[in-house]
Amino acid sequence: MYNKGTIIPGLIIFVLFVTFPIWFNGLKAGTLPKPELPPGGEKKCVESVEYMRANHMQLLNEWRDNVLRDGNRTVVTVEGKDYRKGLQLACMQCHSNKEKFCDSCHTYAAVKPYCWDCHLSPKEAVSKEETH
Amino acid sequence: MIEKTLKGKPAYWIWLAFLGMFMAVGVACYARQYLFGLGMTGMSRDVSWGLYISQFTFLVGVAAGGVMLVLPYYVHNYKVFGKITILGEFLAIGAITMCLLFIMADLGQPTRALNVVFHPTPHSMLFYDMIVLNGYLFLNILCGWVILTAERKQVHPPKWIYFFVYLSIPFAVSIHTVTAMLYCGLPGRHFWLSAIIAPRFLASAFAAGPALIIIACLILKRVANFDAGKEAMNKLVTIIMYAALLNTFFVFLEVFVGYYSNIPGHKHSIEYLFFGLEHHGHVYNNLVPFMWTSVVLNFGALGLFAWPYARKKNEFLLGLSCVMIFIALWIDKGLGFVFAGFVPNPLDEITEYIPTANELGITLGIWATGLFVVTLLYKIAVGVEHEIEE
Amino acid sequence: MDKQRRKFLKIAGVTALAGIGAPALVRLSSSNALASEHGAAEEHAAEAVHGAPVEAAPQGVRLGMVIDMRKITAQPELLDKAIAACVDVHNIPQFDNKKSEIKWLWKAPFENVFPGESSYHLAKNVEETDFAVLCNHCDDPPCVRACPTQATFKVKANGIVAMDFHRCIGCRFCMAACPYGARSFNWQDPRPYIKKYNKDFPSRMRGVVEKCNFCGERLALGQEPACVEACKGTGAIVFGDLNDAQSEIRQLLDKEFTIQRNPSLGTKPSVFYIV
Repeated sequence: MYNKGTIIPGLIIFVLFVTFPIWFNGLKAGTLPKPELPPGGEKKCVESVEYMRANHMQLLNEWRDNVLRDGNRTVVTVEGKDYRKGLQLACMQCHSNKEKFCDSCHTYAAVKPYCWDCHLSPKEAVSKEETH
Repeated sequence: MIEKTLKGKPAYWIWLAFLGMFMAVGVACYARQYLFGLGMTGMSRDVSWGLYISQFTFLVGVAAGGVMLVLPYYVHNYKVFGKITILGEFLAIGAITMCLLFIMADLGQPTRALNVVFHPTPHSMLFYDMIVLNGYLFLNILCGWVILTAERKQVHPPKWIYFFVYLSIPFAVSIHTVTAMLYCGLPGRHFWLSAIIAPRFLASAFAAGPALIIIACLILKRVANFDAGKEAMNKLVTIIMYAALLNTFFVFLEVFVGYYSNIPGHKHSIEYLFFGLEHHGHVYNNLVPFMWTSVVLNFGALGLFAWPYARKKNEFLLGLSCVMIFIALWIDKGLGFVFAGFVPNPLDEITEYIPTANELGITLGIWATGLFVVTLLYKIAVGVEHEIEE
Repeated sequence: MDKQRRKFLKIAGVTALAGIGAPALVRLSSSNALASEHGAAEEHAAEAVHGAPVEAAPQGVRLGMVIDMRKITAQPELLDKAIAACVDVHNIPQFDNKKSEIKWLWKAPFENVFPGESSYHLAKNVEETDFAVLCNHCDDPPCVRACPTQATFKVKANGIVAMDFHRCIGCRFCMAACPYGARSFNWQDPRPYIKKYNKDFPSRMRGVVEKCNFCGERLALGQEPACVEACKGTGAIVFGDLNDAQSEIRQLLDKEFTIQRNPSLGTKPSVFYIV
């Protein structure tokens, strides 16, 4: 092999560099987030916990297309209570604390969904409340 | 071949550093715009497209102009263009790069740009624009690279490449036609709603593109010892002259239709461009000086082209007339055409557009990027040329 | 070895290209966009027979609006109430500069709303009253034709020209295409300029286009559009299905002479004005 002296240290530096996030945190995944359960005590969601954990984003996209494009705004009923499809209209009715529910995992996973660029979290919504 | 870009005289590096400076400013300005939004620009609810889209429109023309070398050389076997055809192809690459950057700079949500691919919409002209622009970019990279490689090895280019070379000719025409269709198919924008927009775009493109190539050849002759040849330059001047004359004729036809028919919708934008539009006691005329500059430069350049001494014997005058026609066409299409389409707006109100400093920074940055790309590519082309000569 | 590597690269390249291109092809072939174009072609054929733009035979629901300017002339504050209701319901930001304005429903003089009509010696009452301006929810909307991502589209069920803010890339082609100046762009984050929030409706983000949505979200709850509700009982704004001969709006259209904004463009607006 030519240039052994450059290539091998170079490779080592490269590997160290790309694995930086792993070893910098001492090979630990950090404290796992514990999203807050609905403060209102609701126990059931529109789907099972496992499904929601893995697929809530797909479900939201589905709802979005249902409501906006297909004109399918049928309500979802959970334990006798009706919810209109929508992040603000359904999800946040129970999971009323965005910071302790949504953000706890999103921050941990370093994802920044653009939902909140438009949709109002309950806290944001009351910050400039309607007065009529 | 890329290694040719890594060796050069100090002037080459100074030039690249000079462009790099503008590119850095462009990046910084874009970062500001990205974080704040397009409110950083001078665009408004009424003039919703500004410098970015107008530069895009003009540069599509510059890219399409390269076909004025490809077509005579490959279809009519006009050998004289043998040495400079590659310059046309490489100019097209630089110009399309700028076009794509200008589009990205203009998007309100640039991170969603791929939605155009994810949700293909055949009734939108932008869908076709995406296809032909990227297609033309790909074709020029492919053809330019394969043919230059063959030239370097002093062998004939592979036969299959000619399929793509011929394909690039209709693509060149289509990029500017589709760009014209972005405008001329919109109801309610009288200035753009004209069947002559596409031919006019092509005419001005076939003047602006080759003009830039002559300017590049004159510079390369001085700084890189690259001689395109007298005959090739003369032929290019002829092409520019006819194309510029056609463009002038088409613009005149627009003016005639507007003024003779006396239909306000057809007249207003032209009036705004050349004389200023009076509205509720206020005259809106911020494009008037530009447009008259364009007219003067256009006829000045045509006059110089028509003078045999200037175009054949005096390289300074030849370069000057090319710069003049290029600027004239840039003002005509790269400023006036897009901005005037929004005046007056559909509610017969007038809002004038003045770009902001930040917007100018991004625009200059993208132009510098394009010149940077063209410089590197021309360095390669000229380097290969010299290598063969040795 | 070298040959094999080359072959592998070729196959990998082609596969990658196919992978990128396939979804586009599948979507194109199943696209209802093509289907709707067929419909438009038939309509045009029908027009050619009559020689003048004629609306096609009604199909399904087509929501429309009649704005009775006589009522608004008598009570100009009605329009202000309607605009305020619209702003409140849709979290519309209020900018004080014309450059950044976001407008769904707004007012403008006759000569601006109807630039194609004569304003020469206009009746005083028409000249002095501001008209209500909003998206026309055209039956053949040029903005929908122009949009490269179908972020703006016609809702099949009711003919509303709607926006999907999630998909809009902010190219503003629709703004250039709209012959009625009905579209606004979020030049910056609108949130700081929203006076108060309606918690049941989102705001918008910067970089997307927005416009009147005929209160699609309220219609779903069986409510009238906010502007119609604000003028309740006065008959200043009548809303309903243009394809239903029994609807209030059709009764009104049958009785009164109405005008539309720039009908010569063939966009078939769904908003009518009684002057």
